[in-house]
Amino acid sequence: MDDPGHDHDANPEGNPVPKRQDIVRIARQFIGAIPFSRAVGMELREIGEGWARITMPYSAELVGEPSTGVIHGGAVSALMDTCGGAAVMSHPTGPVSTATIDLRIDYMRAATPGQTITAEATCYHVTRSVAFVRAVARDETGETPVATASGAFTLQRATSGRLGARSSGSVENATQNEEHRSAIP
Amino acid sequence: MSARRPPEPVGVVKERRDRALQRLVSGVPYIGFLGIEFDRHGDELTAILRFSDRLIGNPSLPAIHGGVTASFLEVSALIGLSWTWLWEEIEAGRLNESTGAMPRLPKTIDFTVDYLRSGLPRDAYARARVNRQGRRYASVQVEAWQDRRDKLFAAATGHFLMPKTPGTAPDTAQ
Repeated sequence: MDDPGHDHDANPEGNPVPKRQDIVRIARQFIGAIPFSRAVGMELREIGEGWARITMPYSAELVGEPSTGVIHGGAVSALMDTCGGAAVMSHPTGPVSTATIDLRIDYMRAATPGQTITAEATCYHVTRSVAFVRAVARDETGETPVATASGAFTLQRATSGRLGARSSGSVENATQNEEHRSAIP
Repeated sequence: MSARRPPEPVGVVKERRDRALQRLVSGVPYIGFLGIEFDRHGDELTAILRFSDRLIGNPSLPAIHGGVTASFLEVSALIGLSWTWLWEEIEAGRLNESTGAMPRLPKTIDFTVDYLRSGLPRDAYARARVNRQGRRYASVQVEAWQDRRDKLFAAATGHFLMPKTPGTAPDTAQ
């Protein structure tokens, strides 16, 4: 994907930027308020500016290949997707909500049965309405990641009146991706 | 095609196909965890994701979690591909789906999901199409919808590594 210079520190248009504690708090709520993320035991471990680390413990329910006990790729996707969303939400521009536009996952090796998976995602570039994300998932062994991902997310800014307004009701006429989740619990 | 035999009774054929599908699906805990079922008409499979509250990703809408959608599509692709791959074996009665160990599932190499609309809090459906299946690699597309078949809420494409076994190598299936 294109990566025309990182501008993590940018604060364009002088928008009011939420305090760091607020970002962390919102991000924790972001994960805590998501039923599916809770159901699979995802936990936010660390969060920075446009960066997040989330873990998912091994569970027999997540197994995709019964003969080996290896976790299903879809569960790893779910973790990467959530982590990517958290990275977007923690971006210094202070988005109010985000949704995945697309996500590509490369599965590099089977996750070791019994081990916790840790995903780290970085929101490495944002435009006015799009966030670009990369993510890596590792288990507790080895150098090689279990999977890597890259994707584009929608980005709704607090002060951009048009899209920033909470679109509570009309899911039906969602342009595309009317957030399949948002930060506001 | 095998030599001329009297056609098997329809019940026998259906039972064998359903048993093979059931063995394929029930062996995967994650499929049960998500609540995914499969509908079969001949060789055509439709995956069904039964909505439940714990699949929610955005409680304020509410909407299905993007990771659930991705998982649903990947499960549909994997089972669809295995099904296509094993079809000839099942039809020939060579799979031993009653007692024998089922062949391993293909392994996902990569998977790309397009999120087209938010997943509404109701059942979702998906169908996979195997665009190419070689001896080692396969390319599969999946489409998922909810109320209207032509209004997709997600689509995906993925590449898979085929297992080395199942007795014989069913070549270019389609």
